[in-house]
Amino acid sequence: MPDFAIPEQVRPEDGHVGRRLPRIEDRALLRGEGGFVDDVPAKKGTLHVAFVRSPHAHAEIVSIDAGAALALPGVFAVVTGADMAAETDPMIVGFENPIDYYGLAVGKVRYVGEPVVAVAAADRYRAEDAADLIEVTYDVLHAVVDPVAACAPDAPKLHPRSDSNCVSKRHFVHGDPDTAFAEAERTTELTIRYPRNSITPMETYAVVAEANRETGGFDVLSNFQGPFSVHTVMALALRIRTAALRHRSPKNSGGSFGSKLTIFPYIVVLCVLARKARRPVKWIEDRLEHLSASSVAPNRVTKVEAAYTPDGTVTGLRLTHWDDHGAYLRAPMPAPIYRMHGVSTNGYFIRHLEVTNHIVSTNKCPTGAVRGFGGPQLYFAVERTMQRIAVLTGQDPLDVIRRNLISAEQFPYKAIAGSLLDSGDYRRTVEETVEQGDLAALKRRRDAARAEGRLYGIGYAACVEPSQSNMGYISTLKTGLERERAGPKDGAVASVTVSVDALGSVNVIGDSVPQGQGHQTALAQIVADRLGLTPDDVVVSLDTDTAKDGWSIAAGNYSCRFAPASASAAHQAATRVREKMARIAAANLNVPADEVEFTDGKIHAANNPDNAIPFYRIGGLAHWSPSSLPDDVEPGLRETAMWNAPELTPTTAKDEINTSLAYGFGFDFCGVEVEPATGSVTVDKYVSAHDCGTILNPGLAEGQIRGSWASAFGATFLEEFRYEDDGTFRSGTFAEYLVPTAAELPDIRLVHPTPHPSPYTRLGAKGIAEGNQYTTPVCIANAVADALGVEDIELPLKPAKVLEWVQAEEPPPSAAVAPEGAAGEPAGPTVEGSGEMQVPAPPERVWSMLLDPERMARIVPGCERLEAAGENGFAGAVVLGAGPVRGRFEARIDLTDLEKPHRARLAGTADGPLGSSRGEGAFELIAQGGGTLVRYRYSVELTGKVAAVGGRMVRGAARQLIDRFLRALVREAGGDADPGTSGGLSARLKRLVGGRA
Amino acid sequence: MKRLDRSGRHPVRIVLNGMPEEGFAEPRMLLTDFLRHEVGATGTHVACEHGVCGACTVRIDGKAVRACLVLAVQADGAEIETIEGLAEADGSFGPLQQAFHENFALQCGFCTPGFLMSLSEYLEKNPDPTVEEIKVALSGNLCRCTGYHEIINASLDAARALRERRGQTG
Ligand code: FES
Ligand code: FES
Repeated sequence: MPDFAIPEQVRPEDGHVGRRLPRIEDRALLRGEGGFVDDVPAKKGTLHVAFVRSPHAHAEIVSIDAGAALALPGVFAVVTGADMAAETDPMIVGFENPIDYYGLAVGKVRYVGEPVVAVAAADRYRAEDAADLIEVTYDVLHAVVDPVAACAPDAPKLHPRSDSNCVSKRHFVHGDPDTAFAEAERTTELTIRYPRNSITPMETYAVVAEANRETGGFDVLSNFQGPFSVHTVMALALRIRTAALRHRSPKNSGGSFGSKLTIFPYIVVLCVLARKARRPVKWIEDRLEHLSASSVAPNRVTKVEAAYTPDGTVTGLRLTHWDDHGAYLRAPMPAPIYRMHGVSTNGYFIRHLEVTNHIVSTNKCPTGAVRGFGGPQLYFAVERTMQRIAVLTGQDPLDVIRRNLISAEQFPYKAIAGSLLDSGDYRRTVEETVEQGDLAALKRRRDAARAEGRLYGIGYAACVEPSQSNMGYISTLKTGLERERAGPKDGAVASVTVSVDALGSVNVIGDSVPQGQGHQTALAQIVADRLGLTPDDVVVSLDTDTAKDGWSIAAGNYSCRFAPASASAAHQAATRVREKMARIAAANLNVPADEVEFTDGKIHAANNPDNAIPFYRIGGLAHWSPSSLPDDVEPGLRETAMWNAPELTPTTAKDEINTSLAYGFGFDFCGVEVEPATGSVTVDKYVSAHDCGTILNPGLAEGQIRGSWASAFGATFLEEFRYEDDGTFRSGTFAEYLVPTAAELPDIRLVHPTPHPSPYTRLGAKGIAEGNQYTTPVCIANAVADALGVEDIELPLKPAKVLEWVQAEEPPPSAAVAPEGAAGEPAGPTVEGSGEMQVPAPPERVWSMLLDPERMARIVPGCERLEAAGENGFAGAVVLGAGPVRGRFEARIDLTDLEKPHRARLAGTADGPLGSSRGEGAFELIAQGGGTLVRYRYSVELTGKVAAVGGRMVRGAARQLIDRFLRALVREAGGDADPGTSGGLSARLKRLVGGRA
Repeated sequence: MKRLDRSGRHPVRIVLNGMPEEGFAEPRMLLTDFLRHEVGATGTHVACEHGVCGACTVRIDGKAVRACLVLAVQADGAEIETIEGLAEADGSFGPLQQAFHENFALQCGFCTPGFLMSLSEYLEKNPDPTVEEIKVALSGNLCRCTGYHEIINASLDAARALRERRGQTG
């Protein structure tokens, strides 16, 4: 039985808006007939692209040799950083900065997974083969991964044009924070570290590019999501006219959550490659590429200082942010921190604010948009602070929230940093949520649990939910003077075109580039209502084509733009069509145009429904009989609205910025229990409410809230891109970067509070898709803080970490308990093992085998060639794999401390496109009976792709390799290592080799 | 298994949703690439290619299998069912599709083929599952858009519809 929390709400003036209309999109998707990039048939002759990527976090590129790859049949072209530097200009970002970014590494690599070479071949398999044959040598440099450490004067520098990794620093003062802090009765300080995560859509990046000799530009098909301001960035980089960069997006995109903004550097690279190969080129990113090198939300360190009164009223706030953007800035970065600038004080009445933003480069994947866009980081800091103040003043945290919230009479409310909060009644939303979500019962559960000595806590979080970004906010990072020089930037234009043909059929196109949000359905509802039709009468096409569509720089799908902006544009375009049709109809009905109504496919006089003409007849007249139209009415029926809101003004001289147009409000509370023996946290109950004004389609809206909850739950408990201190990347598969599944995601109780429509959007709708990104991580963190009485809560809440907090507060449990999850944690950077085995040959023979390159070549698994190098060394090439990754390594092994035929030590390296390893080990040969007991141990450190697939897979692969090597050694020595005929030895081998590594 | 030439292309014959199909594949070609790009059946999606996300789930001789972990040549001679085969004979939604539609159980729809194919097998094995059983049955399918809530409700609805249908015909 369908079970929905948000009720249908149809306004008197609408027929379909507000209804839970099942989605039009499903008709194709549920039949397997969607149109995603990779479903669009490629032209014959289209080449496939693979990338050679950096195994190092920071290194000089010494040489690139693509000779062997180009010699392979079916390989057409390669592009390197040097080609990019010669044929393109660096991709610009919104302010002067010291970073030159070309999409491929030029001279130096700055993060693991960075693309170094792109190769185009006849099919994907050949492209991968070719990539493996490209030899890149590196000179490894020290890396820096912590944003605060990266700002130290002696930190390794990423970019030669800057003497600091802090590439932008801005200081903002709103009100009089100095006085507020000087006069404060109390102050508190908290440091927050927000981790790196993303929402990793199921469909990865996909690009098809072809050179267009007619325009001198390129035709591109990709699942780029906008904003289309970046279209300019691409065209400038490619040194072509913007109009000659034709970008199309197909009708379906498999989720984005922000990530498909930063496809654009790959588009630039593919264009260059297509030109060189003289063929269309296509690239479908794989999962490891996506996880290691596509886009992530910036991790952030924030120092919060709050001034407050003894009753918990906050009188001043100081936020110092170190926002970690990884190796490069790509437009519109560092936007997230500035998008939230106007609401730095959240929904609270705080009139004195100081903000310092450090934008920092580190040796990690560069950042991009991720659902929540700067909000999770900001609100985690602000809402943790509210909870701290409650603890410090001995109050219920909910009372501190209530006390500080803006009151209903204050709307529209101009926040001190510039956001114009359009509408709402935050206190009422809180009370409705408390009531309907039954906070009283939850408190009783908590009290009962605590009475039994269990660790139970309640958390709260409130958030202002901005939607439809002001395209001018990023200019806030420039000084007033720089802004003046650059000219004003503001607004956020949305475009929808509505046309009616000669038989009265309605077509709608728009610039909203959906990735699953149901825009086709919602637009059909809006346009149908304006024209007195049903959604089935309306065909909505949302694939885009920059050469043909109405679009402007704000086009795309991001920052909850659809409900306020695209819905308004659709309303406006449909209204214009309606007005024009009304005028044509009025002449036929003999009534004034403003007395004409549209109902059930008819256009009629308002006071006499029988005085009517069919809708399609007016379509026919407009197209077939221009001569019968009123004098000043143009023929045809096609209206494009370019909708903008006047409230989206530029940054003021005082650095105030109305960062978004419509601001919803969310309020959540939850109860959690911490298991003291293991540190695992269970969400007992989670209640969430969002006032997002008018709801266009409750089925779609609810899907957005529940989806946001799921990814926010992931961010809270599971998801983090992990890097070692040396920049080694550890989260390259979905087995290491865990995301929530149906099995562990708890259900939430959704409360639908009284809506407060936005006065600034056409239908009163505000965005709804990001709310839980803001509230959930900090709501649960506050509950854990409440349960444990701790101050520093760092996400994700992995049991091992939580256990440390439990143990810091509590005496250790009586019995030694291994923390749950500790075993599942990926290993450190080292893979180690040891063992022993029996070989049926005397030590002398085993010794000579081990030192004979020819025999070793037969024994070493995956060995392609091996030769003696130096006095006691080998060099060669091996093909090795771990889990999904497989590749060719250039290996070198040197033996030292040789005591023939007893023991030796060895040290070696293996480098390849998949990564590097440095290892050492030793073996000992002990005569035993007529044979030899071989004892060995090894320890290998890994970097690059191999490391990214994670400890579990690498350890498994290492075990298998050693197992195969030893079997081969026994076989070579004349023994029988076949498991079928020699169970004893095989079992022993398994025990020895499998048990330890 | 017969030995295949590494770089040669070998004929692969399958029955796809009841219709015979034939194409050629190198031994290393994945079944997903074969279905999508040799046969042109793009309903099956690929999202991880390491067996974790379930998006590529198809049924091979009735069993729900991750097609990204199967080589095309291994499927030679098999009967394969995919999302394209779930509709009724007249083209209208089958019970699983209808339940997903009514429950808003998909957004981008990229994960959906995998969920549908996993469920189509699971609901045959367990026609009357509890919510907890469905959660476990679907734990090998990742969705990043929905919060699974709608998918679970759709699964319950589909199970009911399938039971009713079986009641009628059986
Ligand atoms: S694509 Fe096969 S399981 Fe993910
Ligand atoms: S609907 Fe988009 S991933 Fe499931």
